[in-house]
Amino acid sequence: MHSEPLNDRNVSEQSAYYYVDIEEYPTTGWDKFKQVVKRTFRGELFVGLWVVMREMIKFDIHTVQYPKEKLPIGPRYRAVHKLLRLWESGYERCIGCGLCEKICISDCIRMDTKIDENSRKEVTEYSINLGRCIFCGYCAEVCPELAIVHGQRYENGSEQRAHFVIKDDMLTPLDFLTSGQQAEYPGFGSITPNESVTKTPLAY
Amino acid sequence: MDMAFIIETIVKIVVILLVFSALAGLGTYFERKVLAFMQRRLGPMHVGPFGLLQVAADGIKLFTKEDIIPQNVVKPIFKIAPVITAATAFMAAAAIPFWPQFTVFGYTVHPIVADVNIGILYVLGMMAIGLYGPLLGGMASANKFSLISAARSAAVFISYEVVSGLSLLAPLMMVGSLSLIDINNYQAGGIGNWIVWSQPVAFILFWIAAFAETGRTPFHLIANDHEIIDGFGTEYSGMRWGLFFIGEYANMFFISFVIAIIFLGGFGDGSIAGAFQLLLKVSFFFFFFLWTRAAWPDVRPDQLMWLCWKVLMPIAVINVVITGFVMMF
Repeated sequence: MHSEPLNDRNVSEQSAYYYVDIEEYPTTGWDKFKQVVKRTFRGELFVGLWVVMREMIKFDIHTVQYPKEKLPIGPRYRAVHKLLRLWESGYERCIGCGLCEKICISDCIRMDTKIDENSRKEVTEYSINLGRCIFCGYCAEVCPELAIVHGQRYENGSEQRAHFVIKDDMLTPLDFLTSGQQAEYPGFGSITPNESVTKTPLAY
Repeated sequence: MDMAFIIETIVKIVVILLVFSALAGLGTYFERKVLAFMQRRLGPMHVGPFGLLQVAADGIKLFTKEDIIPQNVVKPIFKIAPVITAATAFMAAAAIPFWPQFTVFGYTVHPIVADVNIGILYVLGMMAIGLYGPLLGGMASANKFSLISAARSAAVFISYEVVSGLSLLAPLMMVGSLSLIDINNYQAGGIGNWIVWSQPVAFILFWIAAFAETGRTPFHLIANDHEIIDGFGTEYSGMRWGLFFIGEYANMFFISFVIAIIFLGGFGDGSIAGAFQLLLKVSFFFFFFLWTRAAWPDVRPDQLMWLCWKVLMPIAVINVVITGFVMMF
């Protein structure tokens, strides 16, 4: 539908807007009486009764019995974060660049890094304060290595929410990776296997 | 008065109390289920098969919940008010024949506690006394919403007593007796003899008044959740609130029995088929209470008063006058 007739907000022949046709309120007693009689015998109450009865007979139930049934969620659903591993080596993707920590608008990402014996930057601590995280997704968007992504894990009832977002819990376990269970989201910006996400060589 | 009569009456009272207390609980289950199905939901599903044990869970909750008496309430009245609602609802059942008489082991049982000759007058009177439950409870609660609810309950109940009384007058003139068993036997000849055919206006009026007197949805002003919280029940908790609830649902069942017996032939000639027909009619009227709750909006209190005094009462009076003229000539 074109939007031009809707842009003119004035009621006129050209615009799509029009006044709703509302009957005049009755003023005289006789008119009021006629309105009451008309409304009484028009049977609108029975229309309401029929509508709900029809729905009961059709029995078209829309309830999702949640703990037993779950609705599918999108591949880029923004639930609790995950830290991914490289497919071919099992090494952590995170290179400790600190961009996620920097961009986080609620300042909830905290990471510690050090230079290991191979002169490679290693992430020693990585945690997200879920009490402050607003799940905006900036960290996943800014990550150059597709290392931090949002997962699909929205059921985070536990004794402490912090248990979901320390590094050991977010990082894909190695046996998960070897059995091919590390999930990658499809679509724009996703990885091309064996090509883009490989361990960066130290020297060319 | 011999011993057998006293024992029989006590047994009947206990049976009615137990059956209708249980039915009140089951009524809440059916109400939730019917409303849910009409709104494309499933209703209670988790406790027991199809949520059937939800009634038991609610019962346990109501019985074990703390009975809170707020600080500023008028304590004796606050405590007695729910009892009035439940007690009058069950007292009204004394004159209602729930079933035709039947014979067990050579002993004839009349399933009515007391076949008094002023039956329907007694039933209506007891239901009218039920007004004191919401009225006293609401006024004693020291809560403005309860107070509004108390004022509304007084206005609504007293107004609709007029309609229910006047609308019943015409059928009673035809039958010539106030006993519900006499009214039932008047229509024993079959569907053609039902009073609803000769008194359709009285039937509709009494049905409308029944909605007001049980406080069901088109006229659900007395405990209207979305504007005055739970009305007179706001300050109540635990089993005191549960007594209000049992009273309301028992009232729905009893008024369904009354409508079915007076206008729709009751149990007919007293055969087994007639008895089951009575239960079917009562189930329909009970279901209609739930059906309207799913379908119809509430009216305002002033509209309710307008409907009572300017529409229903004049029609009821005209109906009585016309019935009188038809009977005279």
